[in-house]
This record gives sequence, structure tokens and C-alpha cells, in this order.
Amino acid sequence: MPNVTRRATLALPALGLISPALAREDGPPRRSGMLTFAVGAEPPTYDLHQTGTFAVMHRVAPHYSTLLTYEPGNYPNIVGDVAESWTVSPDQKTFTFKLRPGIRFHDGTLLTSEDVRVSYERLRAPPPGVTSNRLPAFSQIDRIMAPDPLTVVITMKQVDASIMDTFASPWNSIFSAARLAQDPAFPVRNVMGSGPFRFVEHVAGSHWVGERFDGYFRQGQPYLDGFRAITMTPSAMVNALSGRQILAEFRGFTPNERDRIVRALGQDAQVHESSWMLHMIVSFNNERAPFNDPRVRRALSLAIDRWGGSASLSRISQLGAVGGLVRPGSVWSASAEEMQQWPGYGRDMAANRAEARRLLREAGHENLSFTLLNRNHQPYVTSGIFLIDQWRQIGVRAEHQQVELAAWYAAQGNGGFDVMVDSFTQFSDDPTNVLVKYVSFDKAAVATARATDRELDRMFDAQAQETDPAVRRRILREFEARNFEQAYAVPLLWWQRIVVMNKRVRGWSMAPTHMIYQDLRDVWLAPERG
Amino acid sequence: MSATTTATATSAAPRRQKAVLGFCRAQPLGAAGLFVILIMGLAAIFAEAIAPHEPEVINFGAMLTAPSFEHPFGTDAFGRDILTRIIYGARTALTIGFLSSFIGCTLGGLLGIASAYFGGRADLIIQRFVDVMLSFPIIVLALVVVAVLGKTEVMGIDLNLVFAIAIPIIPRSSRVVRSAALSVRAMPYIDAARAGGYSAWHIITRHMAPNVLAPYLILLTAYIAQAILLEASLSFLGLGVSEPKPAWGLMLAGDSSNFYQEAPWMIIFPGLAISLAVFAFNLFGDSLRDWLDPKFRM
Repeated sequence: MPNVTRRATLALPALGLISPALAREDGPPRRSGMLTFAVGAEPPTYDLHQTGTFAVMHRVAPHYSTLLTYEPGNYPNIVGDVAESWTVSPDQKTFTFKLRPGIRFHDGTLLTSEDVRVSYERLRAPPPGVTSNRLPAFSQIDRIMAPDPLTVVITMKQVDASIMDTFASPWNSIFSAARLAQDPAFPVRNVMGSGPFRFVEHVAGSHWVGERFDGYFRQGQPYLDGFRAITMTPSAMVNALSGRQILAEFRGFTPNERDRIVRALGQDAQVHESSWMLHMIVSFNNERAPFNDPRVRRALSLAIDRWGGSASLSRISQLGAVGGLVRPGSVWSASAEEMQQWPGYGRDMAANRAEARRLLREAGHENLSFTLLNRNHQPYVTSGIFLIDQWRQIGVRAEHQQVELAAWYAAQGNGGFDVMVDSFTQFSDDPTNVLVKYVSFDKAAVATARATDRELDRMFDAQAQETDPAVRRRILREFEARNFEQAYAVPLLWWQRIVVMNKRVRGWSMAPTHMIYQDLRDVWLAPERG
Repeated sequence: MSATTTATATSAAPRRQKAVLGFCRAQPLGAAGLFVILIMGLAAIFAEAIAPHEPEVINFGAMLTAPSFEHPFGTDAFGRDILTRIIYGARTALTIGFLSSFIGCTLGGLLGIASAYFGGRADLIIQRFVDVMLSFPIIVLALVVVAVLGKTEVMGIDLNLVFAIAIPIIPRSSRVVRSAALSVRAMPYIDAARAGGYSAWHIITRHMAPNVLAPYLILLTAYIAQAILLEASLSFLGLGVSEPKPAWGLMLAGDSSNFYQEAPWMIIFPGLAISLAVFAFNLFGDSLRDWLDPKFRM
């Protein structure tokens, strides 16, 4: 069994304000009301297995259950969702899950171990015509068996230290095996799960509606009659929340937007702040000259004043703390002193920039110019402006090319960039979930920098199989040191998560990721103040 | 030969001076517009000498500073001086505005003259094509073009943005120039040129085009204003000039929408610059029309 208390204790300091106490403060949850909230983008699919965007998660999560889940208000403690209990073999390679009896899908059919098996097989080895965004995480799973309707047995090829987080992933929605048998792509355009809310309608560009599923397996939940997710731009969200046309937005606002909403809502505002498992990355295209030269990459990383940028950019954007490859403040992160040993993290910027100029001179690229590919969205644009100014100070000229999300994703996939403002988000701090962004491109498609470094790959595998946290942390530090020395892709800054909502919204849990606690099963609405 | 040239040059200068003075007396509002345009033009050309700060250099120590002696128009969220960015923004606005308007009006003018000259089926086809183009709102057409073409920068100017703004101008200027060219086409000297065996290209460029110069010049100035506004709109929508380059429309987008309550100078001054430029070009264009058109002179 996972050591739940230790995990939860380690994470709590990361959260600025946590709301689970709200329910207790205001008496028992009320069972009524329609939650209206905003989502800043349209969903490209309805299939959680095939995507990684919040635009799908925030709409679709209320309709599905998962095998395990993160305990609301107690991140990162893992508890069962459809699993009632589980055991782990002594060699930590076999996991046996007992499911809750009587769980029903929205069409009235019973959820059994076969549904879990088929859903997990779809994630591990997707059938033709279906893709799985979770392939790297599921690659260590050897077999998935359903010996009886309420038992699932999963055996591993080898020990995977991050496997409990994989089982608790909010992306692993359980689909109906019968529906998948008819059409493996059924979830792409249909929503039919066993979650707290039944799907009602999606009007593209406008809204998504769910209604309470009375057959939900948690007695008495959900509390809401339903929810309505409205598509709107970030500036519209601020106005809609300030004008009480919506009650929440779950991704996050800038400090200035927070202040505007709080001014408008007064006592009716509630603010939750936390660090965020989301960081901005400068990815160099290692397949293109001169970015295949480590001196050029390191010089460009050295020129960035991360500490100064953090202090200033955190006042005007969602960019926040300086960090390495794992979330600063998490149990796995390096200390500030350790960070300052890495190239590009020293506080003496004059020395850093002198070294950067020397490296560029040595590489024969003193007057380097290139195109910086970026999204046309905040805080990406802010990052781009900042980077261009930093590089200007070592004589490097970068042309800012801002593109739509689809073109940005396409460039990530096909390598159509010199240098790009990249980002990466995960639902857990586990190093395996995060370091995958920095391994060789042939090992993980998400490693946008398109580099090949077998030493990093070796260290990645070693930490993934290591169960001793102290040893794992040491390997992680070695991984970071090598990554910053080679600088295939380097973090810029980590984001700060600022969620502002109307105080009527109760029972929602803050976390350092915007991908969990979005099934809304605990959420309820307090009555409007007189 | 040399003496003749000198005599021509010395007599041309007072004539030009007299014409300018005549325009200023007859069209004082147009002269005011011209004065503003000249100021903006000079600011654009001598931006490096005039601007008090660097336009793209971040100064976090001066973030969101209110207008002061050091920063007369205040600073933005990156501590960049707004007056400096407006001065450099004039370069962007005037370059893209003039190039777009010139390309759009010239191509449109040639199309209009050719349509009038050839007449018949050619005129019918060209004008129906122009009708189709005119059915698209100018901003929508420009948006489509810039979204499809992407960006191609030459000497810091996004040529695709220039063409995206020029293309919607083509049918509009074509229609106006065609109406003027139709009356020129009916003149006996055009028939004489055709009888003389001159090519269509020769007649269009040498005999017809010079005689529709007045409406062309009026269109040119009017569409510079439109092009500046369009460039600002596209930049505001994120499809024009990219940060950190200074551009007036861009200065109204991004962080300005986030901070306009705390730092209203972030939107007031770029907005004023756009309004002033558009107002000046429109005043000048209107006055030029009145001054060049004999009907108005009477």
C-alpha cells in the first residue's frame, strides 16, 4: 500500500490556500444548483486517452471514473476511485485491484473488471486508428488481466517507481468495453462513462452541459444538479467572473486579473494560490545548426536572468518561481543553492553573460540570429519578449514568430523551428512523469528538443526503477546537472497557479496541477448572499 | 543645354512653392493634416535621434510608470518607454501604410484602366471579379490573406502583411479609377494612339494613366489612412507585427488589455497616435481631392 500520509505531508506546503475546510465551515453540502464555469479553449477531441489539454479535461472529467484517484484536499495522497482496495506483491511487480460492486455506466450497464482491462489495454496498446498519449507511462506494464468481474491484476515488466501515479492519472478514464468493441474510437465523439455527471450537449464554440447522474456509485454525490462549461477568452473570463455571469474558472489567472476580480467581487471572491506543475521551456532544435552545438545552447541559457525575471515577470504574468526540471518546492526539487551551481542559474549575470559571449565566440556565432517560435497567447508572449531582451544583451538577435496553437503543436511534432518557447505540464511531481520531456527524442515524442543523449536515457531508466527516494533524488540531481550542461532544452520559469472563483463554489480542491479534481463530485453551491 | 536645364529647375522651384502655398491657403485643414503627416514622417525617419529610449529594451525598474519627465507618455508592463515606442511605431505604421496603399492603388489603378480600355467582355469579367472582391469586408479579406500567407520578412518589413492589406485595396481603387478612365478612353487622342499602332500597354501607361493621376493620388492618401488602421487592427488581433517590435495596434493589445485600469496611458497614447494619423491622412486626402478636382475649385 502506498505511504499516503508521507506523500500528503510533503505536498501541503506547496499550496497557498486550500479549500476543503470550506465545506465544514458552512455546514453540510447543499444538493442543488448549476455550476457555470469558463474554459479558455475548445476541445479537439472528447477522448481523454488521446489528449493532454485542459480544454478536454475540464469538460470531460465529470463524466468518467478512473481506477485510482488523488484524494480531494489531500494531494498527493492516492485513494481508490472505482477500485475499493488493492494489494502489491513483495517484488512490487504485481498489483491486484478489487473493484467496488454495483458501479454503473450512464447507460445503466454494470462496470466490471473487463471495462478496466479493455480501457487500460487501449492506453497501453491502442488499436489501429486510435492513439494513446500515455504510451510512455504504460510501457512498463506487461499484462492486464480480469480474472473475475471485480478483480483486475496488472503485472509489470520491471519495477516502476511512478506506477501508482500512473494508476491515479486523471487521463485514464474507464470506457465501456462493449462500446469499444463496437467502435474503438467511440470516445472520440461520444461521452458515456460512470462519472458523477451525464453528458447532455456540446455546442462548439459556445458551451458544454452535464447533468447529475443519479446512479453514481458514491452515495449522495454529486451535489450539483449539473454544470455548464462556457467557452471564452481569458479577458472575457475576467469580466464574466467579475460580473457574476460565471462562478469559476479552474485553470488560473494572472496576479493582475486576480486583483481585478477580487475588487469586483469583494467578499464574494475566493482565491486559491499554489505553485504549478507547469513550466516554460526554451527548446533548441538539436537537429538544426547551430543548435546542435552545446556551446551555442549553453550560451543562450547562460544569458537568461532567471532570478531577475522571476521577481519581475511574476508581477505581470502567471510566470513564477525559478526551478529545475521538477516543480520547485516539491519533494524532488533542488534547493536554491544547488540550482545556482547549474549553468544559467548563477546570480552573477555579468559573469554569466561574459561566459555566454565567450562560448558564442568560440563556436563562431558571435552575431547569431534566429527565429523564436512561440504561441500567440499569454504568458508565452511575455516569455518571448523577455527572452529576446535577454539574448539581445549578448549580441544575439531573435525574431519573434507567434503562431496559433495548432501551428505550435505542429512545430513541436515536426521540428519546424530553430528555438521555441515550449511548455510542459503533468498531473504529478514524480520525476518519471517530468523528466520524460528531457530524454532522447526517439525515447519520448514529447521531448521536443529532438536530441539524443543515451546518458540521460540511462539515468532516466535508473531513477524510474529505483524505489529508494534518496537514491532516486541523487540520480535526479545528476540528470539535471547533465541536462543543464548540455542544454538541449532548459526551463525558463515555473508557473504560479492563481484560481479565483465566486465564494458560492464550495468543496472544490486546489492542487499544483489543473488536471486533477475536475470531476466536480465534491463541488456544491452555497446560496447567494441576501 | 546646361543653361536650359538650370532655367527649368529655377523656374520649377518657385512654381512648386507657389502650389504648396496655394494649397495651404485654399485648404487649411488639409495643410494641418499634411503638417501632422510630415511630423510623423520625420519622427519615423529620425527615430533613433529623437526617441529618448530604446524601444525594445526591458527595464523592470520602471514597470508601469505613470507619465513623468523621464517618461512623458509613461511605460508599459516591461518598463519600455511608450513615447519611444510610439515614435518607432510611426515607422512601422507609415512604412506598411504607404507600401500597402501604393501597391494596392497602383495595381488596382492599372486594373481599372485596363478594364476601361479593353471594355466589352474583358471589362465584364474584370468588374464581376471586382464585385466578388468588394463583397468581402476589407478587414475580413485582410485577415484571411494574412492567416493564409503567414510571415515573410524582408528588411524588417513583413511583406505578406503589406500584401494582405494591399489586396483588399485593389478592387476598391480599381472601381474608382475605372470610372475616371472610361471618360479618358473616350478622348480622341486615345483613338489617335490606337490608329497610330501603339500597343495597349503603351496606351494604358503613357496616355491613360497620367490622365487619371488625380483620383489615383486622392485614393493613395485616403488608403494610407485605411492601411494604417488595418495594420493596427491586424496587430491588435495578433496577426500583424509581432512583439517586441513597436507598432501602435500591438501596443493596444496584450498587456494593455490587462493593465489598462492601473495604467491607462498604455492605451491612451497609442490610441491617440492611430487616431491622429488616420485623421491627418483623411483630412489631407479630402483636401487634395477638393483642390485637384476642377468641379470643387469652381
